[in-house]
Amino acid sequence: MQPSSDLSWPDIKDYGIIGDCRSAALVSRNGSIDWLCWPRFDKPAIFAALLDRDRGGYWRISPAEPVTIERQYVSDANVLETRFTNRHGSATLTDLMPGAPTPSPNRFVPDHEIIRKVECVAGALELEIEFSPRADYGKRPLEIREHGKLGLRMVIGRGAYWLRSSVPLLIDKGSARARVTVRAGETLRFSFTYSEEAPSVLRPLDQSLNDRIDLSVSHWQQWGRRATYDGIYRNEVVRSALVLKLLSYAPSGAMIAAPTTSLPERLGGNLNWDYRYCWLRDAALTIRALLELGYWSEAGDFLDWMLQATRLTQPELRILYSVYGDEAPRERELEYLSGYRGSRPVRIGNAARKQLQLDVYGEVVDAAAQFAFHGGHLDREMQEALIGFGNYVVKNWNQPDQGIWEPRSEPENHTHSRLLCWTSLDRLATLSERGMLSGTPIELYKQHRDAIRDQIEKRAWNEELQSYVSVLDGNELDSSLLLLSWYGFEEAGSPRMRSTYTAIRERLGTPDGLLYRYEKEKEGTFAICSFWEAEYLAMGGGSLDEAHQLFRQLIKYRSDLGLYGEEIDARTGAALGNFPQAYTHVGLIGAALSISQRENGERQLQHRPPTTAEQGFSEAGS
Amino acid sequence: MNWASCLLSGFVATLALSTLLATSQGFGLTRMNLPYLIGTFITPQREKAKFYGFVLNLLIGWVFSILYVWIFEARHMANWWFGSLLGLAHALMVLTLGMSLMPGIHPRMASEEHGPNANRQLEPPGFMALNYGIRTPISVFLAHAVFGAILGSLYHFPGA
Repeated sequence: MQPSSDLSWPDIKDYGIIGDCRSAALVSRNGSIDWLCWPRFDKPAIFAALLDRDRGGYWRISPAEPVTIERQYVSDANVLETRFTNRHGSATLTDLMPGAPTPSPNRFVPDHEIIRKVECVAGALELEIEFSPRADYGKRPLEIREHGKLGLRMVIGRGAYWLRSSVPLLIDKGSARARVTVRAGETLRFSFTYSEEAPSVLRPLDQSLNDRIDLSVSHWQQWGRRATYDGIYRNEVVRSALVLKLLSYAPSGAMIAAPTTSLPERLGGNLNWDYRYCWLRDAALTIRALLELGYWSEAGDFLDWMLQATRLTQPELRILYSVYGDEAPRERELEYLSGYRGSRPVRIGNAARKQLQLDVYGEVVDAAAQFAFHGGHLDREMQEALIGFGNYVVKNWNQPDQGIWEPRSEPENHTHSRLLCWTSLDRLATLSERGMLSGTPIELYKQHRDAIRDQIEKRAWNEELQSYVSVLDGNELDSSLLLLSWYGFEEAGSPRMRSTYTAIRERLGTPDGLLYRYEKEKEGTFAICSFWEAEYLAMGGGSLDEAHQLFRQLIKYRSDLGLYGEEIDARTGAALGNFPQAYTHVGLIGAALSISQRENGERQLQHRPPTTAEQGFSEAGS
Repeated sequence: MNWASCLLSGFVATLALSTLLATSQGFGLTRMNLPYLIGTFITPQREKAKFYGFVLNLLIGWVFSILYVWIFEARHMANWWFGSLLGLAHALMVLTLGMSLMPGIHPRMASEEHGPNANRQLEPPGFMALNYGIRTPISVFLAHAVFGAILGSLYHFPGA
């Protein structure tokens, strides 16, 4: 058997994700689980080969000889199927973390479980199974103990892991291995569980395992098929919604940015960050995606989480939180890990937690406003929190901050942050005028809102460039300026927005339709910015055909499983950054929704006043 | 036997035992959740099992209180150290005999010999309950020693 170091690094796009809305695992094309953190997303990994092939730990079930590999998710489900085929035979590996509720009150449910099943569908295939768990992100091997027919047990701290396998595994130096030939009609079954409470639940590997897979598929499909979007990009939209669901933390309603840490934004570079936390920056776009796909309870849970989890710091907001609303951990480097393809350091925790980012106030307020405009109720506590945010913005909107992209440099007067401060006061005034918010100092909010508008129009507009610019009185561009229309500050079809768009495309665009987020760093193009562009076109910044054309171009960059990372390498089309990325999938859903709404003559983005163009659409539609 | 004193001190001692074991679990000394372990005799549903287990544990605690008090009466001695000694002996019995018999008497517990099946899916405790954490015996000895100490301290002989 080949040592793990001989395995080449998979591309980031070669990973699929499975999860149970509390934790997630990444499975490579060759059937190796290279990333798994239990019991929740931000806990230490037991498999971390994603970040170090030699010492990270993995669980591989793959053919002993070269094969062709095809993968897919079961339709509208987060159940991954990998088909290995060579001249000798063909077998399908099914991977999932069961997320379905227990079907009967007489059944046990493990706290966390990964099910893996190999079914040989033709001929015979020789498989290698290698299970190499490691404690604390590959820091040390684990002692694997055999417990007869119960399976193999490992203990880390207060948690116990059990691996059950239908084939005998040989324990050797912290790993368990087997080499086995499966023939047509034969099945191998595995159950890997984790619990911090004894007695653990150990699942039988009989026919009931198939029932559990079927139940999980049915559970996901029921959820996926609730999506109300019925446009031509339905497959992409539902897959993106399923990714968002996987990245949500069911016990609290939070949504993390990505399930991984330190996948590089530049191969071999040091732009490696831990994204296993919840960024308020994503709030408004995420709520919009959930609401307009019909996922009301998820949107409500997410809003509840935002307003409850941030209670300790209100009226001030941090830019990121843990899934329970705690401060994200202090950033530290795991020096013993090589990093993905040598991209060091590997970081856990995130130092951005201490940054000032004024846009988050607008994000949270806009998310709440969207919820209310769609018929949701803002209770007294929510209203008090929102007014607290508004009062904070009134006092602080003129401060420099780190801005949406969180550069680790001196604060500046970011246009995007001003835009979101304007948004927060505008939404609060609107909510108050519509009787959805009481006790608002509405005139004060309007006065400051108008002052912010005045400042943006005068100081964020560069006459020479004929474009809005990244920072006040500056001369650099930023793709986030496309959001001036999204938040309703400026109509997409206005002369200023059109010329800003032209400038952004010229200076930040690539010939293949991708966009860099700004001009400062050498990194990949930023995937969500391209979806913002498609949405900007759909909102009236261009024609419907242009929006479709760009959207179709962008979906070429998704993985074979429909997943996106944070960035796209403009040269190779490879995914960069943490994977899969909620923000990018939110962007895809948003663009698809706006395109569809324009096609159908429907009102776009109900969180802002209707634009002239939209009034036109509505009239045409009626 | 002073029944009122026996039941009252048994109630307090059982609560203390349950609290100590829960605290041990919270601090990571053991993974064992005693109410869950006991409650799964009745139902596999986790939250219900914990509730039933808590109630059952109180009842079992009373039964053992009667046994302890019976020994106090037989020896004409009830104090904290004698109670603790009984508690340690009790813990030793639970950890060795009780835990090794558990897969045989628990209707939902699997065993190393047979593995899990449709009805039996719970991890057995193993010798000295070490499957539930290497420090589990410490928690169990401590909790039972405190159980006995409280009983020995609080129990009043009839007419005393």
